[in-house]
Amino acid sequence: MKVLVAVKRVVDYNVKVRVKADKTGVELANVKMAMNPFCEIAVEEAVRLKEKGIATEIVAVSVGPTNAQEQLRTAMALGADRGILVEAADAEPLAVAKLLKAICDQEQPGLVILGKQAIDGDNNQTGQMLAALAGYGQGTFASVVKVEGNKAQVTREVDGGLQTVELALPAVVTTDLRLNEPRYASLPNIMKAKKKPLDVKTPADFGVDVSPRLKTLKVEAPAERSAGIKVKTIEELVEKLKNEAKVI
Amino acid sequence: MAILVIAEHDNAAIKGATLNTVTAAQAIGGDIHVLVAGANCGGAAAAAAQIAGVSKVLVADNAAYANQLAENVSLLVAELGKGYSHILAPATSNGKNTLPRVAALLDVAQISEISKVVSADTFERPIYAGNAIATVQSADSIKVITVRPTGFDAAAATGGSAATEAVASAQNAGTSAFVNEELAKLDRPELAGAKIVVSGGRGMGNGDNFKILYTLADKLGAAVGASRAAVDAGFVPNDMQVGQTGKVVAPQLYIAVGISGAIQHLAGMKDSKVIVAINKDEEAPIFSVADYGIVGDLFDLVPQLEKLV
Repeated sequence: MKVLVAVKRVVDYNVKVRVKADKTGVELANVKMAMNPFCEIAVEEAVRLKEKGIATEIVAVSVGPTNAQEQLRTAMALGADRGILVEAADAEPLAVAKLLKAICDQEQPGLVILGKQAIDGDNNQTGQMLAALAGYGQGTFASVVKVEGNKAQVTREVDGGLQTVELALPAVVTTDLRLNEPRYASLPNIMKAKKKPLDVKTPADFGVDVSPRLKTLKVEAPAERSAGIKVKTIEELVEKLKNEAKVI
Repeated sequence: MAILVIAEHDNAAIKGATLNTVTAAQAIGGDIHVLVAGANCGGAAAAAAQIAGVSKVLVADNAAYANQLAENVSLLVAELGKGYSHILAPATSNGKNTLPRVAALLDVAQISEISKVVSADTFERPIYAGNAIATVQSADSIKVITVRPTGFDAAAATGGSAATEAVASAQNAGTSAFVNEELAKLDRPELAGAKIVVSGGRGMGNGDNFKILYTLADKLGAAVGASRAAVDAGFVPNDMQVGQTGKVVAPQLYIAVGISGAIQHLAGMKDSKVIVAINKDEEAPIFSVADYGIVGDLFDLVPQLEKLV
C-alpha cells in the first residue's frame, strides 16, 4: 500500500512570532522555519507503517514556496521514499486540498496522513477538505491508527474522551500530538535523502486555481494582559475574590 | 439572509457551545435556524427550539446520523446549506471534524475559530496559537465558519419558541463506521462551559495529588483542568488538558495551581475573566497574567483555600 504524507513549512514552533509594524502579517524575515510539528508526527506514522510491512512506499507532498524542498528533504531523511513539491506560496486550505486530491488521483494511495493543523494559520481544515473532495472517510485528531486489510481503525481524541471509527481505505488520517513521538533523522539518512527523487510541480500542472477566497485585512498583536497583585495569605485572596472580583 | 447553526448535542440535550454559536449568529444578523442531526434526538431538538433568538429548528433524526459521523453529516449540511448565507458550528471536536468537509463540498473557504464578528463578511480569528489576531474578509457566497465558544456569551437557553421542521434526507456516505467511545465520566462541570476552572500543573507531583484539586473544585462547583506538562507526565488524562493543543477555556475564575505558565498553556486560558496563580516559584511566568498571585507551597495553600470558600 502506498502512503501519501503532506508536510508544511512553517515558522519553527520555538520562535515567538511578532506582528509586523504595518499589520500586514507576522514577521517572517530571518526567522527559523521548520516542518510543522503535526506533520512530523504524520511522517513518523507513515514510516512506522512501512516498518511494519503495511506501507510499501511513502510519498511526501508539500504545497509551499520553493524552499519547502528543505522540509521534503527532512521527510525523506526520516523515511519517505520520494517527494513532490507543488510551488504555491500562501495557498489556502481549500486550494491545498484540491492539489492533494489531484495528486491522490495520480498516485492512488491507500492512506493519506496529514497533521491535524499547521501552527501558523491554525486552520485545522486541509485533511477534512481533502477527504470530502476525494470521497474518503476520515479519522481526524488520531491517537491510534491500526490498518488491517482494506480497513483502518482510528482512535480519535474528542471532547471528553476517545472515539474509535472504522474507515474503508483509501482514507484520510490527521494526527494529534499523542499518536507517536517522531524520531530524529540520522546523518547518513540526511545524506541519502539528498539523492531521493523530488518532483517540482505548479498548480497549473494539476489545473487547480489557487487564488485566495479570503482577504486578510490586518494582523494585530492580541490585547496584553497585565500582571495583577500578589497577595500574602489565602484569607486575603478569598477576601479579594469575594469582594473585589466578585467571582466566588 | 438566513444563518444555519449546527447544534452540538448528545441527542438528549443541547451542549452549551451551541448557545455561544447562536450569539455569534446574532452578531452577524439574520434569521437563525438550528440543525439538530442525530438519532432519537427529539430531546435535543426540543431544547434547541427553546433557545432565545432561534426562529426555526431543522431536525434530521435518522440512524445515518447516530454518531454524527462527519462523512454523513457533512453531506446533509452541504445539501441544506445551499439556501443560507452563513453556516456556523461551534469549534468543538465535532464542529472541527465536520465543517471543513461542508466547505469543500460547497467549494468555499472555511473561516476557523472566529473570536469576533466585525461585519457579516469580516471576522477576527486568532492565528499562531493566539499570538496574533487576523481580521479576514470572505468573498464567498456562503460563509462557512467555526466559532470559538469562549469568544461569545451564551444565548439564553430558554425563552424562544422556534418552529420545528423534520428533514427527511438520510445521507450515508458508507465510508466510515462508529466502533466505540470511551468518554470520561464527569461528575463535575465540563471544562469548556464551566464558570470556574481549577487546573494543576507539573508542580502537583503526581496524579494522586490532584485529589486536593478535586476537593476544592467540588466545593466551588468547578471543572478541573491540567497543563500539558501534567498530562505528558501521565498525572491525568489528555481530555483535561487546557492549552493551545488542548481545550481553550475562558471561565469567570481560573485557578492555576503549580503551573509555570508556558505560552502553550496561556493560549488556552488567558481570556479568563479572573486568573489566580498559586506557585512556589515567584518568577513563574503565570504571575505575569494573574490578577491575584500567591507564592508558596500548594500543598499548604490549596487545603487552606478549600476550607475558606
